[in-house]
Amino acid sequence: MSPSHQRTFIVHVEDRPGVLNRVISLFRRRAYNIDSLTVARTERPAISRITLVVVVDDREARLLEANLYKLINVLYVEDVTHQGPLVRELALIKVKATEETRSQLLQVCDVFRARAIDVTPSALVVELTGTPDKIDGLIEVLRPSGIIELVRTGAVAMERGARSPLAGVLDVEPPEQAA
Amino acid sequence: MTTAGTSPKREQAPTGQGDSPGGSAPEYARSTAKKTGAEIVWDVLASEGVDVVFGYPGGAIMPIYNALHQRPIRHVLVRHEQGAAHMADGYARASGKVGVCLATSGPGATNLVTGIATAMLDSSPIVCITGQVSSSLLGSDAFQELDITGVTLPITKHNYLVTRAEDIAPTLREAFFIARSGRPGPVLVDITKDAQQATAAIEPRPRPVRLPGHRPAHHPSAEDLTRAAELIAAAERPLIFAGHGIIKAEASAQLMELVEKTGIPVASTLLGLGGFPATHRLSLGMMGMHGEAWVNTAIQESDLLIALGMRFDDRVTGNLKTYARKARKIHVEIDPSELNKNVQVDVALAGELRRTLTDLIPRVAQRTCTPWVQHIQALKSSSAARDIQYMPHNGRLHAAHVIHDLWWLTRGKALMVTDVGQHQMWEAQYYRHERPRQLITSGGLGTMGFALPAAMGARFAQPGEEVWVVVGDGGFQMSAAELSTCAQEGIKLHVAIINNGYLGMVRQLQQFFYENRYTATPLQNPDFVKLAEAHGLNGLRVTRREEIPEAVAQARASACTTVIDFRVEQEDSVYPMVPSGADLDEMIRRPQDDSEVCAISPWSSGAV
Repeated sequence: MSPSHQRTFIVHVEDRPGVLNRVISLFRRRAYNIDSLTVARTERPAISRITLVVVVDDREARLLEANLYKLINVLYVEDVTHQGPLVRELALIKVKATEETRSQLLQVCDVFRARAIDVTPSALVVELTGTPDKIDGLIEVLRPSGIIELVRTGAVAMERGARSPLAGVLDVEPPEQAA
Repeated sequence: MTTAGTSPKREQAPTGQGDSPGGSAPEYARSTAKKTGAEIVWDVLASEGVDVVFGYPGGAIMPIYNALHQRPIRHVLVRHEQGAAHMADGYARASGKVGVCLATSGPGATNLVTGIATAMLDSSPIVCITGQVSSSLLGSDAFQELDITGVTLPITKHNYLVTRAEDIAPTLREAFFIARSGRPGPVLVDITKDAQQATAAIEPRPRPVRLPGHRPAHHPSAEDLTRAAELIAAAERPLIFAGHGIIKAEASAQLMELVEKTGIPVASTLLGLGGFPATHRLSLGMMGMHGEAWVNTAIQESDLLIALGMRFDDRVTGNLKTYARKARKIHVEIDPSELNKNVQVDVALAGELRRTLTDLIPRVAQRTCTPWVQHIQALKSSSAARDIQYMPHNGRLHAAHVIHDLWWLTRGKALMVTDVGQHQMWEAQYYRHERPRQLITSGGLGTMGFALPAAMGARFAQPGEEVWVVVGDGGFQMSAAELSTCAQEGIKLHVAIINNGYLGMVRQLQQFFYENRYTATPLQNPDFVKLAEAHGLNGLRVTRREEIPEAVAQARASACTTVIDFRVEQEDSVYPMVPSGADLDEMIRRPQDDSEVCAISPWSSGAV
C-alpha cells in the first residue's frame, strides 16, 4: 500500500475511561495498522481529540467514519485528508556530538528550525516541531552522526479557517427520544 | 484518555431534590430518602416498564437479588446464563421491547457472552446487568473478577462499568435508551458490589437522556427520495427485499402500501420472514443460500433491487462479483455503516424505515409489474417439481413434512422459534409466516442452543400465543437444561425436535463438499421422551407422518411443555443450496429422480 493512501482522521470523543480503547478496537478488528495516533484534551472540558493516521482506501475510509459514528462516545469525526489540514509532529532526537561536530550539527538544526534543548560533552538533544516529512528530513541528516535515541509524538492535525468543528455538534438539541 | 475527567453527563445530572418547576412534582419526587444502588436498579427497571427478568444469582450480584425480594417484577431462574441472555433476546424479538438479563461477575458474566453476541448480530435490544467485585478490588484478580466490559466491547452496542450508586440510575436509563434507539442492540451494565450496597439520593425527576454523540435518527433527503422514486418508475424487473428492519421498525403496513401501489414482488431475508405475509400474491419467499430457486434466479435477472432494512449478508448475496449485476440498487437502512458496505448502491437512504417509506410512497408513481411477475411465476412452477412436498410417497418421515404439517395444523398462526441448522432452513421454507414477530431465529451469529431459551422469553412477551420450538437434536442438547426452567416456571411450550441423528447441516456439507466423510457429525442422543418426563414434562415420539396430528393435538391439550421427538429421514439435505462464495444462481438442486421422498400433505390441497 502506498503512502498516498494515508488518511488523517480527527475524532472528537467524550473524555471517559475506555473510549480510546473503543475507537482503536474498530481498527484492530479490521486488522489495520495505525500509522500515528495522538490523543489529548481540547478547549472544551470533558472532550478529547484523537488524530489518527491510517492507510485505507476511499471506501474503507467512508465505512470507518460511519463505524466511528456508531460509537456512543464519539462526538464528531472528520476525514481531513483532502482538506490540506495543518499537520504537525514533535520529535526529540538525541544525537552524538563532540567538540568538533557540535557546531556543524547546530547549524544543520538551525536550517530545520530545530532547537538544542540539552548539551553534554558527547551528545545533543534536539527538539523539532514540523510536518512529519520535515522531521523525517532532519533525522536523515542527523543519522550519519549517530542517533542515540529518538522519540516522535505522531501527527496532530487541524483544519484551516475559522470554523469550530464542534460548534454544530454540542450546541444542538439532544437526539430524538426513541419511542 | 484520562480517567479524571468529569463527564458532561454527570454535570447535567440533577444535583438536588425538588428542582421541578412550580412545585408540581409528585410526592416521591420531593422525597429526600436515600436508597441503595441495588434498590435503584429495580426502581429504574420498573420505570422502564420491565415486568420480567431472566437471571442467575451469585456473590457479586447478591445485593441486587436481595433487593428483588417482594417486588412485583417476575424473575426467571435459568439453568445457565447463556439461557438468560437468549430469553431476554427472545422476549425482545417477540415484544419489540427491551429484554433484561442478570448475572453475577466472572463466569456468570462470561456465560452471557454467546447470548449477547447473538443479540448484537441480529440487532436485538437487551440490557444485561452484571455484578462486579467491589471497586477497591478492581484489577486485583479477586475471586470471580473479570473485565466483562473489556470482554464484551466488540459484542455490545455500548457497555458500562458503574462504581458509584449515584451513577446507577442515569446509566441504566442511558442503557435502555441506547438499546432500543436507532439500530437496536445489546447494552451491558456492570455494577460493582459496593455501588450496589452504597446509598444514593433518589433522582427527583429524571432528565431525558442526553448523549451528544449518539445519533439514532437519520432522515434521507428529499432529493434522494425523489431519485429512488424515479428509479422505481423506470424499472421493468424490480424486486423489493424485506429485511429484519421491516419488523424492527414496524413498517409492515408501509411495505404493504408500497407493494400495492407498485405491484413489485417481495423477497425476504431469513430474519425478514413475516414482515410481508407469505400468502400474499406478490410474496416470493426467502432469498439467499437456502432461498427459493426462483427468487435467486429473479434476483440475478432483476434490474432494480429495493433493499429495505437488510444488510446484504454473504448468506444472501453469494459471490459479490456476480451478484445482481444488471440491477440498480436502492438501499434503505437505519445504520449508515451498512450502506455501501458489501454492495455498492445507486441510492443510499440512511433513515428510519417506517418514516422513510412513509415519505417515499407519495413520491412513487402507481404502476404494475405484470409481465415480470408472470415471468417469476413461470420460474416458480418449473422449480416446484423439485419440491419434496410434491414428490412420490415412500413412507419415510421428512423434516419438510413435519414443518408443513405443523403449519397446517396450527393454521399458520403459531409463534415459531427455531434453532440453527437444517431444520431452521426447512422451517423458513415450509412454514408460512404471515405477520411480523411470528418467526424468531438466530440469523447473524447462527447460534445453536438459541431456540429453547428464546422461546421461553417469547412466551412471556406473547402469553396468548401458541409457541412452537423447532430445534435439531444437536442444538436442543446445547440448552436442554432449560427444560428444567420450563418445569419450574410453569412455561408451556411445544418443542418439536427434528431428530435425524446427525449434526445435519454439517453432515450435508460433508456430503456435498467432503466426499461423504461424516467426521464427528453422528449423534448418539438420549431418549428425548424420557428426558422430558424426567423433568415432569410431556414427551412424545413420532416416526410416521400419520402420527403428526395426534401428537400435535396432545401437545396442545397438555398443561405443560411437550417435547415431541420427530424421528426424521437421516440423510436428507436442504435444497436448493448456493455453495458458500458461489454465484447466487449456481444452486445445488434436489435431484429430480430422488425416490426417497414423499407426498402431498393429506391435510391440504397440492396448491400450497
